[in-house]
Amino acid sequence: MPQILVQDLAKTYRVAERDPGMLGAVRGLVRRRWRTVEALKDVSFSLERGELLGFIGPNGAGKSTTIKILSGILRPDGGRVEIEGLVPYADRIKHVARIGVVFGQRTQLWWDLPVIDGFDLLRDIYRVDPQRYKATRDELVAMLRLEKLLDQPVRQLSLGQRMRAEIAAALLHEPSILFLDEPTIGLDAPSKLAVREFVKKLNQERGVTVLLTTHDMHDIEALAQRVIVIGHGQVLADSPFETLRANVLAERRLFVDFAGDAPALDLPGAEVRNRDGRSLELAFDPRVTSAPALIAAITARHAVEDIHVEQPAIEEVIAKFYDLHGANEA
Amino acid sequence: MNALSLLGRYFGASMRSQMQYPASAMMLTLAQLASTAIEIVSIWALFDRFGAVKGWAFGEVMFFYALIGISFSFADFLTRGFDVFGSDFVRTGAFDRLLLRPRSAALQLVGHDFRISRFGRFFQASIILAIATGTLGFVWTPQAILLALWTIAGGVAFFGALFVLQAVMAFWTVESLEAVNALTYGGVYAGQFPISFYARWFRTFLIFIVPLACVSYFPVLAILGRSDPLGAPDWFLPLAPAAGFLFLALAFLAWRFGVSKYTSTGS
Amino acid sequence: MDALRPYIAAFNSRFLLMMQYRAAALAGFFTQCWFGAVHVMVLAAFYLGAPEAAAASPITLSQAVTYTWLAQGLLAVMPWNGDPEVAAGVRTGSISYDRLRPVDAYALWYVRAAGWMTARLVPRVALMILAAGIALPLIGQGQWAWQPPSSLSAALLFALSETLAIALACAIVMLINIIVVATLNARGINILMQPIVIIFTGNLLPLALYPDVVRVALFLQPFAGTLDIPNRIYFGNLTGQMAWAGIGLQIFWTVLFIVLGRFWLGRVMSRLEVQGG
Repeated sequence: MPQILVQDLAKTYRVAERDPGMLGAVRGLVRRRWRTVEALKDVSFSLERGELLGFIGPNGAGKSTTIKILSGILRPDGGRVEIEGLVPYADRIKHVARIGVVFGQRTQLWWDLPVIDGFDLLRDIYRVDPQRYKATRDELVAMLRLEKLLDQPVRQLSLGQRMRAEIAAALLHEPSILFLDEPTIGLDAPSKLAVREFVKKLNQERGVTVLLTTHDMHDIEALAQRVIVIGHGQVLADSPFETLRANVLAERRLFVDFAGDAPALDLPGAEVRNRDGRSLELAFDPRVTSAPALIAAITARHAVEDIHVEQPAIEEVIAKFYDLHGANEA
Repeated sequence: MNALSLLGRYFGASMRSQMQYPASAMMLTLAQLASTAIEIVSIWALFDRFGAVKGWAFGEVMFFYALIGISFSFADFLTRGFDVFGSDFVRTGAFDRLLLRPRSAALQLVGHDFRISRFGRFFQASIILAIATGTLGFVWTPQAILLALWTIAGGVAFFGALFVLQAVMAFWTVESLEAVNALTYGGVYAGQFPISFYARWFRTFLIFIVPLACVSYFPVLAILGRSDPLGAPDWFLPLAPAAGFLFLALAFLAWRFGVSKYTSTGS
Repeated sequence: MDALRPYIAAFNSRFLLMMQYRAAALAGFFTQCWFGAVHVMVLAAFYLGAPEAAAASPITLSQAVTYTWLAQGLLAVMPWNGDPEVAAGVRTGSISYDRLRPVDAYALWYVRAAGWMTARLVPRVALMILAAGIALPLIGQGQWAWQPPSSLSAALLFALSETLAIALACAIVMLINIIVVATLNARGINILMQPIVIIFTGNLLPLALYPDVVRVALFLQPFAGTLDIPNRIYFGNLTGQMAWAGIGLQIFWTVLFIVLGRFWLGRVMSRLEVQGG
């Protein structure tokens, strides 16, 4: 029995539409037109204990709807969810005591209170045993380097500091599943690294199951063993990240700087993408030709100053994937 | 930790965060005091011009005014979270956060905030009560005190119910809060006068639909030792505030319905 | 014409946005009915309970009733608080953008406030007329109804005076906006304004019913121009020279507040620039 089981999830919203212009505004006062939006059509997947799943998709694809259903605060129209034997939206209070949720754009701490006071309140809200709470809290404080922040009111923290405090707050009751919704949004590079490092450790050392949604593909690259791509309310792909990368965009790039002007080259299996002064950019499919073969062919005929190979950026992989599935209009 | 001691924690947290800005808390309290006190000027102006009405003088009306004001100030103090529910929770999505915690959302909303400034109205109403006591030469027997406390309790439940209903409406539209203002602030205003001032249909409304008269008019008659000129039996007068609690129970039923609507539409 | 385009656009966009809030309009209407009904019944109890005092009163019961419905119907154009958009701009810091636009900030905010207030006014006042002016007489409660203006000339003068009342209310809202920007806090001033507006506009009680000794002072103070003066013109309590005196007062206060507001906003904004806002 997997820890999280999601079957045929469906959810439809109704949104009001308004005609443009002054007349439309007046008409809208009297009669509304409604449009139904299928946020989720048929989403199924399952997750084993201790997995770290990345959940990606363009805005409006159904990510947050799925997260809301899994966390118990939204009831689906169809399908079934079971998490550790509970149906989240039917057994909400019991369910939420076992999960932790971090929203990157919203705080759950008390704005005008020192961090530690907020933690103490959460202890009482979650009915955590005081002894146990103290141990967990001290551990989290050490791991997330919060010692100096504990006595500061939350409103005085920087975004990065606050996010670390948020994550600690979500874990004080030792949940077995952690939902992270855009946890690195707006953070500076060191803070992003700190968050990623912590999440990785939490997952690997504590076996906490992590479900991560993000637009930052570096989060996914650094953390996720497995990725689900969602678009148009459907699961477009569910695979290890490397498989996704290999399938969608096997392409490699070869960048060459010549001693003189870049020549017009015609090599089998490679295509010129860009030629500018002395530099040349080639794209090739490693399944057709290899980097050493290309380099050998070029250096045999031309004087070369510098040469390097790149994998396409992960953002490109995903953008191309969305394009392929027409997911971008969502 | 049980609900009551958790509320105690919330209370402490709320006081600490307001005490971060003591001057502001003080100012807001004074502003509340001033803003509520000014309303009685218009009532006084009416009595000054027209004299006593239907056997009610300004002193008695002050009595109504004061008890309603005290009830309302406590309710406002305790249910601030419901009052700002539409703007601070539904619109911002912060309500999701409450649902993600293993406690009832209503409990967390009560704990959300306890506004010190609400004591402005309380002080003001207490002063009016003292003046009314003097004007009427009223003697506070232990029985009258108990009855007044019971009336205030019923009034707190009544206005609390209105704030809960206001929050329930926010599940459908966050732009509608004005409507319940009619019942909350409008209730304070309507409760300041004996219901014999009003037309019959409105009296019926205030007794049976939104039972404001049960937490002001009837019990105040009992406190003042008067019979109801409209003919309600004497035994009923001191029992009337119980209707406030019934109303609160119904409001929470509606609340549960609203929460389940929220979790099925997510808006 | 082209020079006015940004201001017309600002008015329109705000007006259209506010018109979407159907539930808010219905809720506002409900509130107005409630307060209107309570006020009417309380006034009736006093007037009918003391016939002699009622006969000596500066306005009749029927006029006081019409005054009450007018006051409720026009609730949306009272200067209760600053423009919430300005308050939000202060909170989020987005008011700095208004300094970057090649437009007159005072004029832009003024028309935005006007759009905000009139959009809320239109559905509320229409429903109010329907309920208190048409439905009440139809169910045989004509004595508690919103009466039509006392004469054609009163109606025309009222139209002028009410337009000025909205212009004045917007000028007062602008002063509140500026205080919000200057103090970076909307709560304090909004709380302070409520009792001032409810008393001094005549919303809670027609100004004529306060003790005779304060009536001249109440007539001269600026808030009378937002409600009390047009109302009294409407039912013929202010006519001829007195009506024009009232309109003159409205113009005086509006011009004074606009001049004051423009000057003050300029200073506040330049201070914000120095602080890096």
